[in-house]
Amino acid sequence: MLLHELAHCRAGDKGNVATLSVFPRDDGDYQLLVRTLTADRVRAHLAEYVAGEVVRHELPGLCALHFVCHQVVDGGVTTSLALDTHGKSLSSRLLSLEV
Amino acid sequence: MSTTRIGSGAGFSGDRIEPAEDLLRRGDLADIVLECLGERTVALAQQRRLSDPSLGYERRLPARFARLLPPALANGVRIVTNMGAANPLAAGQVTRDLLDAQGLGGRVAVVTGDDVLADLDLDAPAWETGKPLREHGEIVSANAYLGADALLPALSADVVITGRVADPSLFVAPLAGRLGWDVDDLPRIAAGTVVGHLLECAGQLTGGYFADPGFQDVPDLHALGFPFADVEPDGTALLGKLPGTGGLLSRATVREQLLYEITDPAAYLTPDVTLDVRGVSVTETGAGTVRVAGARGTPRPGSLKVSVGYRAGSKVEAEISYAGPNAARRAALAAEVVTTRLAGVPLRAEVLGGETDCRLRVAAISHDQDVLERVGDEVESLYTNGPAGGGGVRVHVNEVIGIVSALIPRDAVRPAVTFLEAPDAAA
Repeated sequence: MLLHELAHCRAGDKGNVATLSVFPRDDGDYQLLVRTLTADRVRAHLAEYVAGEVVRHELPGLCALHFVCHQVVDGGVTTSLALDTHGKSLSSRLLSLEV
Repeated sequence: MSTTRIGSGAGFSGDRIEPAEDLLRRGDLADIVLECLGERTVALAQQRRLSDPSLGYERRLPARFARLLPPALANGVRIVTNMGAANPLAAGQVTRDLLDAQGLGGRVAVVTGDDVLADLDLDAPAWETGKPLREHGEIVSANAYLGADALLPALSADVVITGRVADPSLFVAPLAGRLGWDVDDLPRIAAGTVVGHLLECAGQLTGGYFADPGFQDVPDLHALGFPFADVEPDGTALLGKLPGTGGLLSRATVREQLLYEITDPAAYLTPDVTLDVRGVSVTETGAGTVRVAGARGTPRPGSLKVSVGYRAGSKVEAEISYAGPNAARRAALAAEVVTTRLAGVPLRAEVLGGETDCRLRVAAISHDQDVLERVGDEVESLYTNGPAGGGGVRVHVNEVIGIVSALIPRDAVRPAVTFLEAPDAAA
């Protein structure tokens, strides 16, 4: 199924770094996300948009996985040629990942 | 000290005005913060100031304040805002004039010192690129992110106007003032920074940027209410929004905003504290309120971040649509025609949309006016020279201010406060 069924996601941006926070809709699915939603899978899924490293932070107290994506392609809100210069739509693109 | 209530009245320059008006009229607030200054906004404002020294503050300030000053002054709510942008003193004078024209009295304080263009070492490297700052292009602005300490001497005013200040610090300062916090009290400054971080984007905490029909439904999104926090002396916060407003305040919306733009959950750097959000608890208490506690902090960084704006040329964006059977292939052919004819021009050409409703988008940044015009012209000429059925050409050209970051030692930045008194108070 799509990650969208299980989780919601928020994108943030700071320069050419994008943050993607993923929260299970049901706290009971947190461990499933920890097992399946690795930094490598996220990077592969967003390869068209993220050129650099993806770092995953586990936040069990908040029931959240927080991904920090470096070198967002076309980098940075100010001089990007992308339509979505902030990369705000990356959150929904991540939710199209199959889990 | 008892609990104090602080509201969020704007999360960006273009934000709605009526939610702030509503909070001022019936929110029983002590303070309201209007955060209106994006990374690039200050550089664009600096451009306006260069063309007219009386400008350079947030251009929506007069419209916003015309509606917000009367209820704020009537109900004794202090306003803190970064709408001073590149010219806080001019913003202060405009605010003074607005107050006087309506006979509202009141005291205006202006915080300056964030503009460090004259002191910045332009041979220092930019964070993002490692290249010396001056090699990015003509530098037009350099603004340090001031911290809460710069605002403390201004808190006796009814309206506090700043230029660049770290967004959470706009909240930390009034909280510290109301609750008697010392700026070195790490647990409390950390807690206040979390409150500021949660509130700084206004509607993004209360169901804005969240709705996903059928999965995350938000009631009355068209009438989104903005948030406030009841902050206790120990920094624990109870988040709420006004009854009768639309939106949603829940553990889900608060968790999303808590981590928003946090690049290191263990060490988020602000001018006031190094914030650790890993132990923060977010609990729905019933009745639509959410309790937040558990922030930790270590000492603040020794340097301040500086946002440096440079002229990056102009960006042209040109688009054309194709619809119906085989639209995707016609759009792709159109892209090929344009990129072939513009060979050698660095550009981005992409086909957006599905199989039967497509939009070709071509974008380029250049300092060369001829290049900008050619890109627009090539897309427009697809009307009669490109694939079948192209329509809806739009071409936009906008100047681009690039932003890179640098660090500056704290002691090189000298914040100051100027008070603008009401005429009768000064007499």
